[in-house]
Amino acid sequence: MLTRRIIPCLDIDQGRVVKGTSFVNLRDAGDPAELAERYNREGADELVFLDITASSDARDTMVDVVQRVSSQVFIPLTVGGGIRSVEDVRRMLEAGADKVSINSAAVERPELIAEASAEFGAQCIVLAIDAKREPDSGFVALEGEEPVPAESGWRVYTHGGRRPTALDAVKWAKLGTELGAGEILLTSMDEDGQKNGYDLALTRAISRAVNVPVIASGGAGNLEHLHDAMSEGEADAVLAATIFHYGEYTIAEAKAYLAERNVPVRPFEPQT
Amino acid sequence: MNSENGYIAVVNHTAANIHSVDKALQKVGADARVTADAAELMGAAGIVLPGVGASDAAMRALMRLDLVNPIKEFALTGKPVLGVCLGMQVLFDSSEEGQLPGLSLIPGIVREMQPSVDGVSRKIPHMGWNAVQFIRPGNEVPQIFDGTPQDTHFYFVHSYECIPASEDDVVAVTNYGSTICAVVARDNVIGTQFHPEKSQDRGLDIYRRFVDLSLSASGVKAN
Repeated sequence: MLTRRIIPCLDIDQGRVVKGTSFVNLRDAGDPAELAERYNREGADELVFLDITASSDARDTMVDVVQRVSSQVFIPLTVGGGIRSVEDVRRMLEAGADKVSINSAAVERPELIAEASAEFGAQCIVLAIDAKREPDSGFVALEGEEPVPAESGWRVYTHGGRRPTALDAVKWAKLGTELGAGEILLTSMDEDGQKNGYDLALTRAISRAVNVPVIASGGAGNLEHLHDAMSEGEADAVLAATIFHYGEYTIAEAKAYLAERNVPVRPFEPQT
Repeated sequence: MNSENGYIAVVNHTAANIHSVDKALQKVGADARVTADAAELMGAAGIVLPGVGASDAAMRALMRLDLVNPIKEFALTGKPVLGVCLGMQVLFDSSEEGQLPGLSLIPGIVREMQPSVDGVSRKIPHMGWNAVQFIRPGNEVPQIFDGTPQDTHFYFVHSYECIPASEDDVVAVTNYGSTICAVVARDNVIGTQFHPEKSQDRGLDIYRRFVDLSLSASGVKAN
């Protein structure tokens, strides 16, 4: 039986792992290769690296990180952040990434998904979606633009949740997979960093709308949250950062917790 | 290990996971050479045919690089060939995915996985860690799986599945709503639908034994 995946996420700023609350207040959490090896030993099913480096001239650092990690860690690696072209995708795959996630650039030019998918295959193109609940007061459009309702109740944002788009999150997920994305990395901007649990309704809505795997992200504060995302949220995989980075839980503990509750997970095996 | 001890050729076509395969082979101490040169392929102790993506793209690349016949000739020498994921799928006669014929090293076809089996839906690609069951009698399992326990989890990511013409060629299966061929083998030609290079120590073990098998098949003593 296919197992559900637990995926630690490493946010990388200029070659170092950082994690903040709601994308601010960054704290240093260490060397990416060291942390990746620790997660590999603990039995992580995959790893995601998101480059949050602001300046584009520091992007080469990310290639180094991916090269170093992929020579030592033999689990799937997804790399995202600042991917804007088919060439960017190629660069990361050649550095050792197995999958590349595309976010803002796909919103601006959806054909990028189709182009990258045709070139490298759907299995390595991940559409990253940052979604936010529509406020009860109604949506305020960017200056000079008409407000477009997000019918599902969640809107797609870019630029770390600061910039609203005209896209409905559920419709965008569907369109993205039709264009050739092989997986959805879904982050709730409302829950991210809050440690109150994933946005289960959002995760379920997207998971039911598409026929590719969905990774739930944003809000994990304890192991019950992981379980909720996989059961109630119907997620195929969960992404988490802080609960693992600071040693609150190990991956093995998370797997034992899920297995006790009849969620199929890959059993832990010590790695050399 | 130097080249006199034999090297493993990693066929360098368009697929994106060539680097992962190369790194895994290096990790287990092999002299791995990523190459699209027919002479270098023919001189190898064993070849790994990697691959992710679309079968037509892979076959087109192999044709453009004039590697179709060299790979077939290499297989005829009896030296080991390992196809991984898409590299396994191109070992067959043909694929529904594309128009181009495969390498025909193993009889059978490659078929698109359906998003629903007997009314139960499943997500495509089949992506993640799944348990593998060896179904051949123990003495017929290729030695690169010696020491791989039943129900070991390996990492899969694919949207097409191999349908070998002869059930005798099916070494191992996995279950994803339906039974899927996970390992195929016919004599010295072996294919894994999963990615050993992404399956931690259990996967690296397979590469280690593939290297040993290749070197011993070439009459080279493994280090």
